[in-house]
Amino acid sequence: MQHSTIIEAKAINKSFHDPITIPILKDINLSVNKGEFTSIVGKSGCGKSTLLYILSTMDTDYEGELLIDGISMKGKKEQDLARVRNEKIGFVFQFHYLLNEFTVLQNVMLPGLKLNKYSEQELEHRAMEHLRKLGIENQALKSATQLSGGEKQRVAIARALINDPLIIMGDEPTGNLDKKNTEVVFEIFQQLATEYHQALLIVTHDPSFASRTNRIIEMEDGRIIKS
Amino acid sequence: MNTKLIFRIAKSLLLARWRQTLVAAVGVTFSITMFITLLGFMNGLNDLLDSLILNRTPHVRLFNEIKATKHQPIDLSGRFKAYHNFIKSIKPSGNSTEIRNNGLIMQALQKDDRVLGISPKMTAQVFYNVGEIDITGVVNGIDVEAESKLFFFQDYVTEGSYLDLKNVPNSIILGKGAAEKMLAKIGDVIQITTPKGERFPLKVVGFFQSGIIEIDKVQSYASIKTAQKLLGVTNSYVTDIQVKLKDMTLAPTLSKEYAHIFNSDAEDIQTANSQFETGSSIRTLISYAVGITLLIVAGFGIYNILNMMIYEKMDTIAILKATGFSGKDVNRIFITIALSIGFFGGITGLLCGFLLSSVIDQIPFNTAALPTVSTYPINYNLKFYFIGISFSLITTYFAGLFPARKASKIDPVDIIRGK
Ligand SMILES: Nc1ncnc2c1ncn2[C@@H]1O[C@H](COP(=O)(O)OP(=O)(O)OP(=O)(O)O)[C@@H](O)[C@H]1O
Ligand SMILES: [Mg+2]
Repeated sequence: MQHSTIIEAKAINKSFHDPITIPILKDINLSVNKGEFTSIVGKSGCGKSTLLYILSTMDTDYEGELLIDGISMKGKKEQDLARVRNEKIGFVFQFHYLLNEFTVLQNVMLPGLKLNKYSEQELEHRAMEHLRKLGIENQALKSATQLSGGEKQRVAIARALINDPLIIMGDEPTGNLDKKNTEVVFEIFQQLATEYHQALLIVTHDPSFASRTNRIIEMEDGRIIKS
Repeated sequence: MNTKLIFRIAKSLLLARWRQTLVAAVGVTFSITMFITLLGFMNGLNDLLDSLILNRTPHVRLFNEIKATKHQPIDLSGRFKAYHNFIKSIKPSGNSTEIRNNGLIMQALQKDDRVLGISPKMTAQVFYNVGEIDITGVVNGIDVEAESKLFFFQDYVTEGSYLDLKNVPNSIILGKGAAEKMLAKIGDVIQITTPKGERFPLKVVGFFQSGIIEIDKVQSYASIKTAQKLLGVTNSYVTDIQVKLKDMTLAPTLSKEYAHIFNSDAEDIQTANSQFETGSSIRTLISYAVGITLLIVAGFGIYNILNMMIYEKMDTIAILKATGFSGKDVNRIFITIALSIGFFGGITGLLCGFLLSSVIDQIPFNTAALPTVSTYPINYNLKFYFIGISFSLITTYFAGLFPARKASKIDPVDIIRGK
């Protein structure tokens, strides 16, 4: 990989305009490097989620510049942004967000099928590998609705990993889990960071979670106050 | 691009909501079933009624009408050349509906390669003698072979043999209604009176049923020779030349052409039977209107169900988008869903329509007026099936268009935030 910087945000500003204009993000400058396990913390409402949606290309309504893998995302078409998300970003949400119509294995494979880089057999093999790594390979053929919260979140992590993304982003991925499962998920993240040099950018409210990451970005009122 | 994946996702979404899907598909199936059945039945009926008339009507008929002379004395006056003259005094003359030079005309027609065949005919007004009273009637002198080959004469001879008309001298095939009045049976000899007052015995060799009762009460058939003998005319006397063309649509042009060349009157089938064409086209129009109305109703059903599905599947759509599916992909997924409902519902509809038509085809339908049919008529033209499936695909496509567009515009951030 030629860029050690994966994501770079330059002077990002964002406001909501309903009904009056309120600035939410103010002059955000931020870069995440390869292999870094970073957490974002801050009070509720300070703009963490908003920032993450911008960094993940889902929100395009902002000022400033966003570079992913050295390429500017400004002015890209919706379809190209979808492709970037598919190929380079894995996302883990607070509320598991699996597709209930599919089995666990299919859920993990879907972004890979969309990318269409590997054959179906290969993808299935890779998906099983990830599930095994996360200790849920025996759930592979269950329907997504039949899993516990902790298991669902692990499936979501496996899905985020399927296309070997440059970075995994999470918006309070442990916010909905009990202590034990939070621990499991944290260990998985840490293992990904140390063993596979996977970059991670995780929004969290849990101070103990944040304190064990490589780097903490602290936000207040739409600004980064410490990084 | 990823079509297989799109199909796979569409299928999973459909099966996850199979009850709603089924309801939507049944709506389409029902409309297509009705569409196919209605069109098949209506067109069967059209064909039947058409054949009732069209089979037996010449495409072009040459005849000689008794009418006032075209050139009246006033036309000879130079003074009134430029005027519209309506003073007429010279009455019709010649007193004959015979087509002059018919032998030559028939030769010319037979050489014309747009013509499938011709059949000469002459009609004679007669009286059937029934005991004390005389009933007016018409004897059609026909060329038996040409008439059966071109105009299916044999189909309408319900009793007796049509060939006896040719083989038995001085024979007649009576209209069913006329025969009933005369109490005539096959093998009887009946008496008729010619316009010139002569009595003439004829042997009954069959009965004839046209499907139009008024005709059957009056008309009867004899060979052209017998008819000529009845009238006491030469064996070249012919009043009508019936022409059947290879292409019926040419009739109006050819009728003008023949009238001009042969200097006689000519009438084409389209003019002679314009009311039947109108009836047919209105029946067809009604069937299409009903079918399309049903389909549009089914289309609204699909529209509603897809809209509901999109509300239920907001999360699914948001995840798909967050993990790299574009708006276009989502759009295609929902269009695929709509089209599959249309396709499978439509195919089932074609099948049910075919079955229902076959059932109707078995229902007995006996009427004295229609000797050639015994069950309800059905037309199984593949065209209707093709139109049916195309309609169902087109309606479901349009029904899916707006919901699919809505789904493709869903902003994943809104959904994920909303949780
Ligand atoms: N669609 C919107 N329209 C207007 N204001 C919004 C909208 N979405 C978010 N906001 C506001 O933007 C601010 C930042 O929201 P954001 O969700 O980024 O906070 P957060 O830091 O993630 O908080 P939490 O820790 O509670 O998740 C909040 O004050 C919120 O009210
Ligand atoms: Mg948040």
